[in-house]
Amino acid sequence: MGSWSWDRAGELLPLMMEGLRILLLVTVIASAVALILGLIVAIVNRSAPKAVTVPLFGVMEFIRNTPVLVQAIFVWALLISMLGTSASPMWTGAIVLGVHYASYTAEAYRAGIDGIPKGQWEAITALSLPKPRAWWAVLLPQALRKSTPALGNYVIALFKEVPILSAIGVAEMVTQVEGYAGANYGGSLEGFTMAGLIFLVISYPIALLMRKLENRLAN
Amino acid sequence: MNFISNVAEALPSYMTPLVVTLSATVFGSLFALVVAFGLGLMAGSRLLILRGVARTIIEFFRGTSLVVQLFWFVVVIPQLFQVRFDAVIIVAILALGMNYGAYAAEVVRGSIAAVPQGQLEACVALNFSYWQKMRLVIIPQAWPEMIPPLSTLAILLLKGSSLVSLVGLADLTFHAQVMGRRPDQEMLFHLGMILVMYFILSYLVASGMRFLERRAKRGIGQEPVATRRPRAKDAVAVG
Repeated sequence: MGSWSWDRAGELLPLMMEGLRILLLVTVIASAVALILGLIVAIVNRSAPKAVTVPLFGVMEFIRNTPVLVQAIFVWALLISMLGTSASPMWTGAIVLGVHYASYTAEAYRAGIDGIPKGQWEAITALSLPKPRAWWAVLLPQALRKSTPALGNYVIALFKEVPILSAIGVAEMVTQVEGYAGANYGGSLEGFTMAGLIFLVISYPIALLMRKLENRLAN
Repeated sequence: MNFISNVAEALPSYMTPLVVTLSATVFGSLFALVVAFGLGLMAGSRLLILRGVARTIIEFFRGTSLVVQLFWFVVVIPQLFQVRFDAVIIVAILALGMNYGAYAAEVVRGSIAAVPQGQLEACVALNFSYWQKMRLVIIPQAWPEMIPPLSTLAILLLKGSSLVSLVGLADLTFHAQVMGRRPDQEMLFHLGMILVMYFILSYLVASGMRFLERRAKRGIGQEPVATRRPRAKDAVAVG
């Protein structure tokens, strides 16, 4: 306890790197889930009958308006009661985080799809393009261009929310620091400071790039 | 019927944790609003030094994770400065307010920058001071534009308040886990119950903010563009 110790920082560094590796892995899995599931939800909302879209809207609203921490603990408890303790915290956490963010990305895709000029829909009808081809060749290329900046921001936000999963024992950076501090009676000062700096070093340049991209796509 | 009686039996014990969640949300939001206006006005200033300070603080809080910030405020600051916090909730409120305040500062700066140029020129013509210009002309017009994105941020802050359970504060999330671990209780039941509570709370926040928006727009003689719940697309980058 007390002041900064370089020895402890040196001991923590390999643990932090292992934590960072898992953090990045979770980010990649969760982003993939969020980007794919969000797109599916947005397309279903556009093309399915009301009997499907109304309940789907309710589910998405519920997921978006409740804390991801509680969702993660809930799913974790659910899996334990169903399967015993064999579930992997990393995969469980990544999928919960991905589904949570899918409720956001679905809205970003929707905004992109809404921005497509009416004439494009009419042209699809006029050419009697089959639905899959209409989405793949005409609508999505235009919608994705508009949604890209928002989607990028959600991926950065998701990256910063991965430490929430320390609550179910995903071995990312915060969990590693807590483990070390619990075993050694110290190190939380060094560990949390390093964790903060690592976040800053990674997310700030990406945020700058996203802003550049946003400006380029806006013009 | 069994389910309803279970809920009725469990609810009274949730009153104190609910107060913790509510005070973290309400005071966190109020502090975030103060931070947002302070940093937002500084970030829109012509003085490089003010702008530089504001940008550094904003990027710092936006660039790191809220969980790390909470641990930093609650665990690291007492060690660094050899102080002891008796009320962890106040420290948690400060951390929540600084984090979401940094996001909201961008909203404030952007809405102020979006006020038409002619309004600024009119203030010069009337020889208004900086504070007169802001208080009488710019902010009354920028404020209604800020409310929908601020509403999204307030809901994010409500959800983020669940993280105070990680530093040991007995909020809804913390209490549900304590209750759920009791041998005669069902964990999923308690977690499901607080999920519904959070959903109702964020609905109330959204309705309150829509009411504010209508009032603010009426105050400057505008109709609300559309009365709908704020959507994710109104959001600035989250997290």
